[in-house]
Amino acid sequence: MTSNGSDAASPSAPPEDRRVVRVEIVISWVLRVGVVTSLAVVLVGLVLIFVHHPELLTSTTRLQDLTQRGAVFPHTLSEVFQGALRTRGEAIVAVGLLLLILTPVTRVAVSILAFVYQRDRAYTFITLTVLIILLMSFVIGRLE
Amino acid sequence: MTALEFVLICFFVSIVGGFIGSLLGLGGGLIVIPMLTLALKVDIRYAIGASIVSIIATSSGAAAAYVRERMTNLRVAMVLEIATTLGALTGGYMAGRIAGRWLFVVFGVVMAASAVMMLRKRRNLASDEGEGTPWANYLRLHGSYYDGALQKEVPYRVVRARLGLGLMYIAGMMSGLLGIGSGVLKVPAMDLGMRLPIKVSTATSNFMIGVTAAASAGLYFARGDINPFIAGPVAAGILVGAMVGARVMGRLHNALIRYVFVVVLLIVSVQMLLRGLKGN
Repeated sequence: MTSNGSDAASPSAPPEDRRVVRVEIVISWVLRVGVVTSLAVVLVGLVLIFVHHPELLTSTTRLQDLTQRGAVFPHTLSEVFQGALRTRGEAIVAVGLLLLILTPVTRVAVSILAFVYQRDRAYTFITLTVLIILLMSFVIGRLE
Repeated sequence: MTALEFVLICFFVSIVGGFIGSLLGLGGGLIVIPMLTLALKVDIRYAIGASIVSIIATSSGAAAAYVRERMTNLRVAMVLEIATTLGALTGGYMAGRIAGRWLFVVFGVVMAASAVMMLRKRRNLASDEGEGTPWANYLRLHGSYYDGALQKEVPYRVVRARLGLGLMYIAGMMSGLLGIGSGVLKVPAMDLGMRLPIKVSTATSNFMIGVTAAASAGLYFARGDINPFIAGPVAAGILVGAMVGARVMGRLHNALIRYVFVVVLLIVSVQMLLRGLKGN
């Protein structure tokens, strides 16, 4: 394969893997768009923080509250969504960061569908295990 | 420093970190975390939380090209991700339990080791000879890739899948504990341990880094260690820096400059270590 590399499912790939490779290429591009979108949301949120709190442009004392241990910012789903509905900057940034964290999770979830489709039991099980571990991380963080 | 200045400085520092990281093939986290903690006095947990989300962005950005070139071994990636994500959960959990000063100590040690690893000569151990091993055969991990220099398809057989899983658990743990991609551990686990070709190891490692980082990022987020005020500018900055690095320069191969960077990284790692040992 040279520069005309769009032909990803070249004949040498195991035939049953061609579909998986093709699905992965599509997912990879979706993820790229996802990354750019989530960072755009992050930037909008950062701007909104300063629009809503003009005192942050000049005051130096508030900086401590924002960056040192014990800073207050939304970090549960309900805080994030309620804050975002009121267009609070920190919450919008958090939405962008959550989208970023969810992009690889989405990748794994869609890979499961590709393996189910080609009736590959072992790999359906393996990928499902990875997805469960990823979802557990949010639960463990909440329980602490 | 006002809050606005802080955000802008975080952003530019992260661009530099992402740029250097992509030149050295280290990823941004190893460079940005010392900058945030030593120079900007950011709490190390917030620095780690900011770095871990940035890694997702850079890994997802680069993975597409490798998958398209069929460099990535998707089966190996899926299998090993079980170990890296479990390791990341363990590391992320541990990070919440141990004192911040010990995070500095471990970071210093891992950073020094990573710097030294940059000097290793990478030998290609891959071959299509032999039987493979039972697990690798059962999971059909063997593959082939197109080698541009040889202009032909190169098949390879994978060995020691269980050793790979063990090493990946440790790599995932370091990633979750310190907020780094830990490609420095993942790549040798594959090329030295499982005998994957070097190019395939690099591509597959990159593919797994985003999923691994997502496992501990979820934990950090729910625990409240991902501070939007810091993670926002850092994630945006590292991605911009890494993209510019990849477009403008490619990977840096000049031996002298690499030695210079290794020395700088070693000096910084000693500072991280001292900061932890002094424990202020």
